Amino acid sequence: MAKITASVYTSHVPAIGAAIDLGKTQEPYWQPLFAGYDFSKEWERAQKPDVVFLVFNDHATAFSLDMIPTFAIGTAAEYQPADEGWGPRPVPAVHGHPELAAHIAQSVIQDDFDLTIVNKMDVDHGLTVPLSLMFGQPPQSDFRWPCKVIPFAVNVVQYPVPSGNRCFQLGKAIRRAIESFDEDLNVQIWGTGGMSHQLQGPRAGLINKDWDNRFLDRLIAEPAELAKVPHIEYVREAGSEGIELVMWLIARGAMADVAGGPAPKVVYRFFHVPASNTAVGHLILENQPV
Amino acid sequence: MSLDKPYLDVPGTIIFDAEQSRKGYWLNQFCMSLMKAENRERFKADERAYLDEWAMTEEQKQAVLARDLNWCMRTGGNIYFLAKIGATDGKSFQQMAGSMTGMTEEEYRNMMVSGGRSPEGNRFLGEDGDAQPHHQPQGKAGRKTTGSN
Repeated sequence: MAKITASVYTSHVPAIGAAIDLGKTQEPYWQPLFAGYDFSKEWERAQKPDVVFLVFNDHATAFSLDMIPTFAIGTAAEYQPADEGWGPRPVPAVHGHPELAAHIAQSVIQDDFDLTIVNKMDVDHGLTVPLSLMFGQPPQSDFRWPCKVIPFAVNVVQYPVPSGNRCFQLGKAIRRAIESFDEDLNVQIWGTGGMSHQLQGPRAGLINKDWDNRFLDRLIAEPAELAKVPHIEYVREAGSEGIELVMWLIARGAMADVAGGPAPKVVYRFFHVPASNTAVGHLILENQPV
Repeated sequence: MSLDKPYLDVPGTIIFDAEQSRKGYWLNQFCMSLMKAENRERFKADERAYLDEWAMTEEQKQAVLARDLNWCMRTGGNIYFLAKIGATDGKSFQQMAGSMTGMTEEEYRNMMVSGGRSPEGNRFLGEDGDAQPHHQPQGKAGRKTTGSN
């Protein structure tokens, strides 16, 4: 049977991708941030996941105002890195897992979450920056990501975005779906975006370290309570774009303790300000044997 | 009955909701068109002519020509769409975000390196934080011109 072994949480700031692609990771501005992911890369090399279920948001790349799906699951075999206006990132194409993705879509929709199914989509920095942070830059001699990826896009661009509680409940349904798939697969679920940031207006540049760290504390210890936080608190405390953090609740809702299992082990936690306009948060939680 | 919009009293912030999205539809779709290299070239060659191909309001066109992102936002623009104009101009996200504060690029960068803008005084309209309307513009860049917002 497929199993969710761990969840990973990380910001997906586009400037991080640019710093990697332009070879700036050792510059004094960026060095502390990338050092914060050294452990994670080592950990992934040991974990060897078969599939990452990657919750992210599209930033007016694949989805314009033509269509704005609230929750969209990628069921394709392959996704190309998008040209977001600066040229596509020089990273490998992303290989999907169409069989597992289709299984999840069928299960989750029958569980009352009306997903949009996407078979053609370019993926932007929201998806590729977390892959770069967790797996590093694949060598030219073996230019591919080390696992398959199921992209799961959430609308956090146009309000209203889904509530924290809706995301948390959806995570539970995704867990039920994955763990009912017959093939033996090591699956991780990642929640990306955030932490506090605001990219617009005279309030641009807002950072709230205290609120962010409390969010991390509560995500670990009391996710169901955290899921009750209303949108307006994210906007006021973490900035208009800090609302991306609702996506972390999807990954957290898919962990075993939420379904009555043992509490996850906190394997790693990291926080850094700034990456461009944004506070960067990162967390790794491992499910524990019953 | 009107919709509940508790975010209208957050200073220096325009939430891109369904109403703003409706107002900004053509402005944002114009921005999306700049993801194609050939459209970026046509826009750069004659900005006004390219804008006139879109069903945008005259005010939206003026806001784009002025590269005044706060003005673009008021007319329904969304930052992730407006970022395509910045990419066309060779600007980073930080330069774009900073341009909305009235700070110079250096002032804004220094604020971020020092830990960013504090939420203190910036949660509700009527407080006294640096993002409040009575403290605009915030930096030297804004003082050079008449400012916006």
